[in-house]
Amino acid sequence: MTAYPLDQLLSHYQSLVLIRRFEERLSDLFAEGKVPGTAHFCLGQEATAVGAIAALEPRDLVTSNHRGHGHFLAKGAAPRRVLAEIMGKATGYCAGRSGSQHMSHPSIGFLGSNGLTAGMIPVATGAALSQQLLGTGRVVLCFFGDGATGQGAFHEGVILGAIWQLPVVYFCENNGFAMSTPVAESFRVISVAERATAYGIPGVVVDGNDYFAVREATQAAVDRARAGGGPTLIEAITWRQCGHSRSDKCEYRSEAEEAEWLARDPLPRMAEALRAGGAAAEQIAEAERWAEEQVLAAVEYALMSPEPDLSRA
Amino acid sequence: MQTFFSHAIRDALAEEMERDSRVIMIGEDIAEYGGAFKITHGFAERFGQERVRNTPISEGGFTGVAVGAALTGLRPVVEMMFADFVTLALDQLVNHAAKFAYMYNGQVTVPLVMRLPSGAGRGYGPTHSQSMERYLYNTPGLRVVAPSDPAEAKGMLKAAIRCDEPVCFIESKVLYGRRGEVPEGDYTVPLDQARVVRKGEAATIVAYSRMVEEALRAAEALAGRGVECTVVDLRSLAPLDMATVAAAVTATQRVVVAEEGSLTGGVGAEVVARIVEQCFDYLEAPPVRVAAADTPIPASPTLERAMTPGAQQIAEAVVSLVG
Repeated sequence: MTAYPLDQLLSHYQSLVLIRRFEERLSDLFAEGKVPGTAHFCLGQEATAVGAIAALEPRDLVTSNHRGHGHFLAKGAAPRRVLAEIMGKATGYCAGRSGSQHMSHPSIGFLGSNGLTAGMIPVATGAALSQQLLGTGRVVLCFFGDGATGQGAFHEGVILGAIWQLPVVYFCENNGFAMSTPVAESFRVISVAERATAYGIPGVVVDGNDYFAVREATQAAVDRARAGGGPTLIEAITWRQCGHSRSDKCEYRSEAEEAEWLARDPLPRMAEALRAGGAAAEQIAEAERWAEEQVLAAVEYALMSPEPDLSRA
Repeated sequence: MQTFFSHAIRDALAEEMERDSRVIMIGEDIAEYGGAFKITHGFAERFGQERVRNTPISEGGFTGVAVGAALTGLRPVVEMMFADFVTLALDQLVNHAAKFAYMYNGQVTVPLVMRLPSGAGRGYGPTHSQSMERYLYNTPGLRVVAPSDPAEAKGMLKAAIRCDEPVCFIESKVLYGRRGEVPEGDYTVPLDQARVVRKGEAATIVAYSRMVEEALRAAEALAGRGVECTVVDLRSLAPLDMATVAAAVTATQRVVVAEEGSLTGGVGAEVVARIVEQCFDYLEAPPVRVAAADTPIPASPTLERAMTPGAQQIAEAVVSLVG
């Protein structure tokens, strides 16, 4: 971690905590009946979003999936407008049309998320084609889950990115389950990353709960893509500390598994690394306070925001 | 200038690629080979393989790539080798292309053209002969257009490429070999307006794509028997220009709606439903639909001819209305 400036790391730690508090508070708001519809929380997966996006330049593009709040916040979205969108308010990023899983704000490089698990893989590939043909020097980071790798869109999208050597990073957040179906029932290979061999691109497995490991692996892939070396398939092993969506009680996972993964929570791990790297306890506490405040302000903003104008239906 | 329908499409593509460097083409065997129907013959040489991109057989994948490229500054034209294969790309069209502009609240546009070589009449059998517009025209956010002659094809394709919304461009494979007068110079044809191609008082025949020439043949034959028909070429299936259709139907009070695809849930079903809603008090008789039977399309030319509607069925339908 010595390679990175401490104040930058503290700000990324802030982002980890922000995403955690955001998802926790959102979960409460659902329980209180203040949020319509559903949402897919990324509790426990914060380090994949923040670590991977840390490897990008601000001008680079991100595509996301149904579990996308963390990606959007890590790319720089304002928590108040993300929450307003999830609550269907006029002040949300898409003025209430998109809800939780279809958000977009291209002006900060967040091209979009969508509810079809592998659907954005070809779209990200096409965005990378634009970058290559228009010579922008931008890279596209494409998030998807282990479940998405069962779909043809994964296969076809990665093939096209590979044969055209496009500036795209395929980033699989393997949280062990496609809703309730464990990866062992979804594919026979040991890892998603080894499928990269079939496409003739590098495949890398990384500890998805380790901000530093995620950042380093993604940086190598981003540098390679930007230099014209084509795509990389990164598989970040992680675990969601919650159900698939708000109605999921997680009855398909054991208590032992839960204990094992909670012990690998990415937040305390990064805090520990920061302390070891010379951050003062007060700096870490300040980062946590800032995140809390952001979320509190976001909740107030979203609750007070008006419903969408009916003419916009 | 007399031009083949296929060459009118070729010329529209070439002119738009010349005019706008953001226009690219994506599809199977479209580069050196020139596409299954040779529409893009010579394009790779002229515009380079960066802009004329061969793909593996991956219709869903390359349609999604085109959507992503359209979101980020390019104007892709996808050639689906046969319209039938659009089933493989429906997720990208229905869940992405059609929805992005709306659900992202206008922050993006999707200037995408899907060229769909369509229809029966060439003996290609059940999976290479279908009229797929029925699966597309009812999806909010997609435009669907279907030209009926070379001049229309050229002008509508140019308009489609310049449009900021996704456009499905239905091109009848049988029409590829038809010749017609095509205007000189740059022109476009509106993407949302039907046109009246023949005027008569006895009945209105509504048709699109290849069925327009069948409707005109039927109208010609009927005129010889003193029955004069109006023929409306829908041109656009989404949106439907009901103002033009309703004006014609209100004047003639009798209507036949013809399409090449099968009957149930086809384009005619929607057109007739709207005619009934909008023109009920003017109708002298129930509208009649002419369409293919609700079966797959057989390969044998004899069987295919028997199940594909044409001028004779249209004329018979008009006769049943006018007595």
